[in-house]
Amino acid sequence: MDKNRVYSTNREPISRFMNAWDLLLLVIVIFGLFFLGRAGQSMATPYAMGQSLPISLDPSALPFYASRTVLRIFVALGFSMLFTLVVGTLAAKSRRAERIIIPLIDVLQAVPVLSFLAITVTGFIHLFPGSLLGPECAAIFVIFTSQVWNITLSFYQSLKTVPPELHEAATMFQLSSWQRFWKIEVPCSLSGVLWNLMMSMSASWFFVVLSEAIVVSHQKIDLPGVGSYIALAIQERNLHAVGYAILTMIIVICVYDQLVFRPLIAWSEKFKLDALPDDEPYESWFIDLLRKSLLMRSVGEGLAYIKDWIVNASWLRRRKVYASEHEEPVKRRVSMDWLWNGFVWGLLFFAGFEAFLFISPTITLHEVERVALLGLATATRVIILIILSSLLWIPVGVWVGLRPKWVQKVQPLIQLAAAFPANLFYPLFVIAIVTFKLNVEVWVTPLMILGTQWYILFNVIAGASSIPRDLTLAASNFGVRGWQWWRSLILPSIFPFYITGAITAAGGAWNASIVAEWVSWGDTTLRATGLGEYIQANTLSGHFPQIALGTAMMCVYVLLFNQFLWRPLYRLAEARFQYDRG
Amino acid sequence: MTETIIEIDHVRKAYKKSTAKELLVLEDINFSLKKGEIVALLGKSGSGKSTLLRILAGLVPPTSGRVTYRGKQIRGPVPGVAMVFQSFALMPWLTVLENVELGLEAQGVGRDERRKRAIEAIDIIGLDGFESAYPRELSGGMCQRVGFARALVVHPDVLLMDEPFSALDVLTAENLKSDLLELWRDKKTNTNAMLLVTHNIEEAVALADRIIILGSDPGFIRADLRLDTLPSRDLDVPECREFVDRIYKLMTTGVGGKTKHAERARQIGLGYRLPDVDPSELSGLIETMKSFESKKIDLPELADEITIHIDDLFPILETLEVLGFAQVLEGDIHLTSLGKQFSEADLQERKHIFAKQLVATIPLASHIRRVLDEKVRHRVSEERFLTKLEDFLSEKEADRVLRTMIDWGRYAELFAYDFNSGMLSLEDPGL
Repeated sequence: MDKNRVYSTNREPISRFMNAWDLLLLVIVIFGLFFLGRAGQSMATPYAMGQSLPISLDPSALPFYASRTVLRIFVALGFSMLFTLVVGTLAAKSRRAERIIIPLIDVLQAVPVLSFLAITVTGFIHLFPGSLLGPECAAIFVIFTSQVWNITLSFYQSLKTVPPELHEAATMFQLSSWQRFWKIEVPCSLSGVLWNLMMSMSASWFFVVLSEAIVVSHQKIDLPGVGSYIALAIQERNLHAVGYAILTMIIVICVYDQLVFRPLIAWSEKFKLDALPDDEPYESWFIDLLRKSLLMRSVGEGLAYIKDWIVNASWLRRRKVYASEHEEPVKRRVSMDWLWNGFVWGLLFFAGFEAFLFISPTITLHEVERVALLGLATATRVIILIILSSLLWIPVGVWVGLRPKWVQKVQPLIQLAAAFPANLFYPLFVIAIVTFKLNVEVWVTPLMILGTQWYILFNVIAGASSIPRDLTLAASNFGVRGWQWWRSLILPSIFPFYITGAITAAGGAWNASIVAEWVSWGDTTLRATGLGEYIQANTLSGHFPQIALGTAMMCVYVLLFNQFLWRPLYRLAEARFQYDRG
Repeated sequence: MTETIIEIDHVRKAYKKSTAKELLVLEDINFSLKKGEIVALLGKSGSGKSTLLRILAGLVPPTSGRVTYRGKQIRGPVPGVAMVFQSFALMPWLTVLENVELGLEAQGVGRDERRKRAIEAIDIIGLDGFESAYPRELSGGMCQRVGFARALVVHPDVLLMDEPFSALDVLTAENLKSDLLELWRDKKTNTNAMLLVTHNIEEAVALADRIIILGSDPGFIRADLRLDTLPSRDLDVPECREFVDRIYKLMTTGVGGKTKHAERARQIGLGYRLPDVDPSELSGLIETMKSFESKKIDLPELADEITIHIDDLFPILETLEVLGFAQVLEGDIHLTSLGKQFSEADLQERKHIFAKQLVATIPLASHIRRVLDEKVRHRVSEERFLTKLEDFLSEKEADRVLRTMIDWGRYAELFAYDFNSGMLSLEDPGL
């Protein structure tokens, strides 16, 4: 019987060893190595605090800058994945760790990303004195904080919802925890994690641009990268350079999307637990190329050996697997819980006390009141923006979503728009505001949602295109139209999707307020009253207690919004407006 | 005497709900699995048969009692015992071959050896050609074949099966069953004994050498029957039919010959697990029974008439009995006078009779009604009843029972329920 038919690689003539796919791949790999290598080499050059690095506005320098920026994102991504695997697993496996980690991530998600930069940059600089590695680390850390939280949460949630029968099968066949982790838990969460990773990417691009030109306590450090290029272009009022930078970013994001994300997502399709056969598979020419390439096939064989060696490492195999449900004596469990809770509360109290000592000498109650009012101003902006962009994008999204042909055409464009760092366009707004002498308080507001409004549109389209055809037909059959059509068919159908989009958009708007309420073009700086402006101003002048206060205030606002507005709405959406719930 | 492979000695299983309360699932189970046997564990849902299987497999520890595998006490899954799952439990991201290799990987078998043995197992179970397919490309029957190959590849001493055919359509299940029996008879596997959990009587008779019938609430062994006296396993043979009938009788009759009705009248309480039945199913069955000419109706015949499986009939029968619309005796069923009255009534009158019987026979219904009557505004949150039910039942089961109760109560217009607020009330929903 021909058992080798399926599993051995094809023994084709030796002349076919290098096929066309291999060549193309080789070129791509060599280019990638070249850029990344050069970028890595110049990262560790000596650097003294205060010395400014020459940034050139010559467009020919842009590919190099872009590669540096991309490298930073990749490094941050690596750390994000590591953090996710370790912390997410810990949270899912230990009830006690879960009690700290999950709320902590909730809070950290609300902390404006730039505050992380302001607070940590000096620490990183002191960690590597006289080297560019310090600011590099700070920049990478900022990117890390902008992308990691939702990835970790997604991983944690997947771990918690691994189908119990898969766990049982693994126990039955006595897989060790290590094997179980790689064979079941990681694959189960992969597709969710990748989607979240893609979502995080736009935030990463947004903040990579900001974190390269670091301005903290009157120190100015420019790390070579697209961000510093733009900062300089803005300073020198060079519109051409801004245009080049925008063009570069578009190219980089497209390449990135084609070479990294599409292949990854197309590949992760097989890890979906509940894939429907009629779902349209996600396609990527790059992964098709990889799959067809002979060279890649033998590399894949080699990788499979390495994977086998790691996953089935004999020294990690546990001798005996016990029944999963060991019942700890209730008494001991209760007393351990008390101990643990005491520890957690003690830690919180201690941290609070330290923060109080740090803030109290310089900050009066009056200042706290003022900052709370500033928060209110920013909150008003966020609310108005969400309402306005909803009024704009819901009709557009529904119109597109009900036309499948349009959805296919429009979706990649919106994805690109969502991934694009919107802050690159800020100078254009500043020029417009200055030229037409517009009210700063009002007209910088749209900047906050420039980057994240797409999530509303994106989700509304998804919602509208998933309305069952029967429902729309029934509605037209009964002559439902006008406001009734919206009220009884469309709005309830898109509600869960819209809420998801609005939550993302609002979170992004808070985060963006720091850069949107303080924009500049050359010597012109526009400042709008708000919490973002407060944090930014204090970051520039290095008032750390004020940064902490502003950050804390923003956290409080975001968490209050989540708790009293978004969560109830989300629950309502889940309970009432899902088709499968009947 | 043949050697004993697995022995279960005074096993009892209870789930702790809190420090004070526990939920008894299995009570005093004793039996042994001998070499060369195929044993079927037969029981209705709620008899704890899946829990018993998991205790045997070492997946769940018993609360008390001992489970031994070849003389050694089981404290976790043992290498000689493999399992096939109702839902297949295949990893969707692994190919057929990789799925089959899973157990070997856990044992630390080398890569080449693993592949060789997996391909052999795939051959035996008739899946060759599908090695590189992913589970989602396969039909249910093919998936379960992978499940079998995955279990057999580790050369298990004992094969445990948790309702392995119930997720498959009839023809596919038949096909897989006969292939499995052939493997067993030709000794193509090194397996020494098989244990199968099922709720399908005919399946048990067709496959097993021995059938253990579990009673419900809490699970206990009601009967242990040997089938070696049967001339064949063909269900058309009269002896087999007779045997199936005998099991029906056993499953619808209480311990010691008491009718289920008498037994239940004693045990129905607030925590009674209402069968998951729709009121319209009750009316439907009563109407069908009315159309029969004879007064007493043979259960298998009734099941045949309405073309549903007899196992799906049990919950409806139980409800009819509890409500006093019908009575089951010795595998036959007949309508009571109340049942006849119901069948002749119009829709409004039916609702009225149903409501009256609910209050009279179901303690939960009368409890809810009484609480609602006592309240000044006649409104009570469902949470209150859920908490009450959770004294007797697991959280999930309590929720299911209350859903069913709300269903019946709404149909009977005994009370109203508002989904958004979760409030039960005596309001007329239209007002």
